[in-house]
Amino acid sequence: MTIARFWRETPQRYNLGASRCSSCGSAFFPPRVVCPVCPEHRRSLGKMEPLQLSGEGEVYSFTVVHDPAEGFEMQVPYVLALVKTREGPILTGQVVDVSPGDVHVGLRVQATFRKLREEGKSGVIHYGYKFAVAREEVREPVAPEGESVPEPRAEGPRPART
Amino acid sequence: MRDVAVLGVGQTRFGELWDRSFREIGIEAGFAALTQAKLGSHDLGALYLGNMASGAFLDQEHIAPLILDYAGLAPHHLPGIRVEAGGASGAVALHQAYLAVASGAHDFVMVGGAEKMTDVPEDLQLAITSAAADQEWETVFGATLPALWALIARRHMQEYGTRREDFARMSVLAHEMGSKNPRAHFRNRITLDQVLNAPPVAEPLGMLDCAPSSDGAAALVLGPLEKARRYTDTPIRIAASEVACDTLAVQHRRDPTTLDATVFAARAAFGRAGWDPKEIRLAEIHDAYSISGLLALEDLGFVAKGAGGSALRDRSFGPGDTLTVNSSGGLKAQGQPFGAVGVAQVVELVEQLRGEAKERQVSGVTRALSHNLGGTGATAAIHLLERTN
Repeated sequence: MTIARFWRETPQRYNLGASRCSSCGSAFFPPRVVCPVCPEHRRSLGKMEPLQLSGEGEVYSFTVVHDPAEGFEMQVPYVLALVKTREGPILTGQVVDVSPGDVHVGLRVQATFRKLREEGKSGVIHYGYKFAVAREEVREPVAPEGESVPEPRAEGPRPART
Repeated sequence: MRDVAVLGVGQTRFGELWDRSFREIGIEAGFAALTQAKLGSHDLGALYLGNMASGAFLDQEHIAPLILDYAGLAPHHLPGIRVEAGGASGAVALHQAYLAVASGAHDFVMVGGAEKMTDVPEDLQLAITSAAADQEWETVFGATLPALWALIARRHMQEYGTRREDFARMSVLAHEMGSKNPRAHFRNRITLDQVLNAPPVAEPLGMLDCAPSSDGAAALVLGPLEKARRYTDTPIRIAASEVACDTLAVQHRRDPTTLDATVFAARAAFGRAGWDPKEIRLAEIHDAYSISGLLALEDLGFVAKGAGGSALRDRSFGPGDTLTVNSSGGLKAQGQPFGAVGVAQVVELVEQLRGEAKERQVSGVTRALSHNLGGTGATAAIHLLERTN
């Protein structure tokens, strides 16, 4: 992929910049300039608002890739998933830092900023999102006898990513 | 709109045709169709040529005039129009040709489909064909066409209890049928165990769930049905020609386990012809991947949504079943020269409807369907064909 083509989508690939239709509320990633959901979709032109995805989601489907895409030769076998985000849109991305055998539909994951490809045809290193297993999925430690197990953390917004 | 008929068909062998050039195979298929239609070059009004990626495979664009030129037609100055729709390029070219004849713009037209894929190494073939998926939001993150179909397969297993061996049966069926096709890329039979134990490509799909990359060309001559009987005793009527599209990326589909483009094109085609899916005795469906064949059975209306797995367990879909699927061997066994696929499907159906399919002949077929997909189903093209005498 050429330098300009990758560079102009930096806000999406680095920061999960999405869009939301101010008429019907539907969320889209990558951002769209026109809403495909609204019946009078032409009226949504100019009414799509920026939306920041949290990066939280769960595995909707997954595959273990053995015959890699160009530039991913050094990563096989790798897990590629459809991830359904908390805000609605489904993203395609790798699930990393996990054994392929531990990935299942419904696994909660969190987007993380990573190097995508060692080198493209243009010689540029591509960065973007991959997904890691969410902290909630990591098994709570069993407390030794006589001690109480700490309360699970309350669900809440995560600190903003920079 | 007037009725349109297929007057002649032609096709090269599919496979690794390293000794033959793109222009050679294109011309072979075209002249076979023209000869069969008993037409001369001067009778043709236009060429519609389906091809996905000659630029990426051969560094050659502008291929419609190239084929016309080497077919000796440059002095006729015919319009040559290349059509690209990923793996559905051939059927979409046929759709354009159908509209040209139906509208009266042309009387007789040539439809070609051709792809030369095996001049480049396999990793490059995968990269080129995967460009039919979304380069910016799928492949850049490590997706390939088989990986995206694997994502569809896993979700289908999750939602409907489909088993990995259910769709593996599509490949066994394809090779069984392809073993009788002298034009097929692969003519060996395979077992379910062989499919299940083949090297993994993108789990749950293995090597034998995936159709090969092939070289090959196919061609049809179309004309108005009212004039067709002057040229052939068995004109095959195109009862419907429909194309529908969906989101390019799997991630944006309403339901990734349903190919809405297939559903809409099928609904339009059956509506136009006034037919019911139950009347179809023979279908060529897009089994580029075993799972895509299973989805086609459901989304074309042959079995209920979600019942594709159990149908493949309980039925043969071979000769003797009420519906025979992919008598040519399908994409899996006959081969997959991307732009030629949709045209070759119709070549097979025309031969079957005329009763000229020899060892592959399915008895009692009067109505048949072809189903051709681009990418992961962003384009679906469906043709309904009928024997008229």
